[in-house]
Amino acid sequence: MSLERNDAKYLEISQVSKSFGALTVVDDFNLTMARGEFVSVIGHSGCGKSTVLSMIAGLTESSGGAIVLAGKEVRAPGPDRGVVFQAPSLFPWMTALANVVIGVEQVHPKKTRTQHEALATHYLELVGLGDALHKKPPELSGGMRQRVGLARAFALTPKLLLLDEPFGMLDSLTRLELQDVLIELWSEDDRSALMVTHDVDEALFLSDRIVMMTQGPNAHVGEILTVPFARPRTRKAVLEDPSYYVLRERMIGFLESQESPKAEAAEVSVVHAVQAAPDVAAVA
Amino acid sequence: MTTSSKAISQRFVETVLIPMLGIACVIVLWAITSATLVKALPSPLQTWHASKLYVLEPFAKRGELDQGILRFTWYSLQRVAKGYALALLIGTPLGFVLGVSKFFTKAFDPIIQILRPVSPLAWLPLGLVLFQKPDPAATFTIAMCSMWPTVLNTALGVRSIPQDYINVARVLQLSKQKRLFKIMLPAALPYMFTGFRLSLGIAWLVIVASEMLTGAPGVGGFLWQEYNSLIYEHLILCICTIGLVGFVLDRLMSMVEMRLRVA
Repeated sequence: MSLERNDAKYLEISQVSKSFGALTVVDDFNLTMARGEFVSVIGHSGCGKSTVLSMIAGLTESSGGAIVLAGKEVRAPGPDRGVVFQAPSLFPWMTALANVVIGVEQVHPKKTRTQHEALATHYLELVGLGDALHKKPPELSGGMRQRVGLARAFALTPKLLLLDEPFGMLDSLTRLELQDVLIELWSEDDRSALMVTHDVDEALFLSDRIVMMTQGPNAHVGEILTVPFARPRTRKAVLEDPSYYVLRERMIGFLESQESPKAEAAEVSVVHAVQAAPDVAAVA
Repeated sequence: MTTSSKAISQRFVETVLIPMLGIACVIVLWAITSATLVKALPSPLQTWHASKLYVLEPFAKRGELDQGILRFTWYSLQRVAKGYALALLIGTPLGFVLGVSKFFTKAFDPIIQILRPVSPLAWLPLGLVLFQKPDPAATFTIAMCSMWPTVLNTALGVRSIPQDYINVARVLQLSKQKRLFKIMLPAALPYMFTGFRLSLGIAWLVIVASEMLTGAPGVGGFLWQEYNSLIYEHLILCICTIGLVGFVLDRLMSMVEMRLRVA
């Protein structure tokens, strides 16, 4: 029974805040995540959503509150929280394989070199890079590099995956491809994932729940949306679901209500959404 | 004619013919100057006649200070190698520490900026006082003069390591050793190599001064001796040799540097 309780409260973020000097960016942020859940955090740029993710990763120290993952308080970064950064952040002097192996070694220090490489190869094959194991990042396209980034994070078999606008730097076609790769990896591996994004459609397609953050400073959780689409999801099925547009409207409505002078971000994401799903424009 | 052979001949014109034209211009100017304005300056032809023996028998040894030009060059290069190795051995770790620690930068940057512009002519006497012998004094002088670009560029390289790389290292909880050898060193290497290349240039520059003052056999020593023997043609031979060797060293280093940048 206690196990179930723990699974429902796999990640607990309570009253977390972050101040830089006199400026309180994030204030009283609360969120509970179940094991195996995929949660997206969405908000305007600069609202502090990446700061929240960075605090969970342990890369940024929180100014107050507590973050507890699987019963253990987060104090420092560690490979139990695999991070996919916005820029792929691969080491350009290492091959794709070596970039994944360096993480695998840390998680399985007792395994042999061959086992490390086999595991890394497995994940690189899952993201569709079986042919590019020995290529170095400068030889790979932006999308391929971020695939390596995904493989590196998943190969750690982390308790929680943290994705910081992982596809923000990619063109929209590559972005859709990688969303499919991500959802496949996530369902195959039964991981829990928290993703920061400002793409409404991306959040709807991938998530079980979407956390909408208020505009900073003093940003906190404004509204949480439960996404009802059945899994496994296909893009077609999701787009055809009538509730898709209702949810989308609600998110855009929320984001627009949060609009301040710094509102370009919302516009960008709406424009992008129209490109990604042309029939939405027709409906509107 | 195929396009590729056309491209090759184009390349030949650009990398060989045009530079040759420039060199020819300078030689003509030199000839005119020596014939009209400055009679003391040996003409190109006189220089060639006086230097022929040294160039055509580059490794001959006729006496302590009468040897083929490449033999002298070889002595000088050995001396440079010692001083340069010492400079890298001290300069690289020093630069690393400066790059990592703000405290060290604040503490030692001013003194580095003060020592950096000091001429080899000033270091050499101190070296002679410290070591009592010309050879270690020359090594000391070369190291003291050529170390700074390595120090400063290594520090810059370490400071320029992207925060993303450090974050990845933190997430993976890499050990200090792994962080240093697998992340920081390779990330800083291109900058470090720029420093190594500049340092080598200075080391070669300093050799002449230190050989002139110590009278050791080498290109610089030969130059000073021939000046004292009033054989001015050989001064020009030495200048050309020093220039060519410096050019070749720089090219070799920048080839390695380019490889590192691409990788």
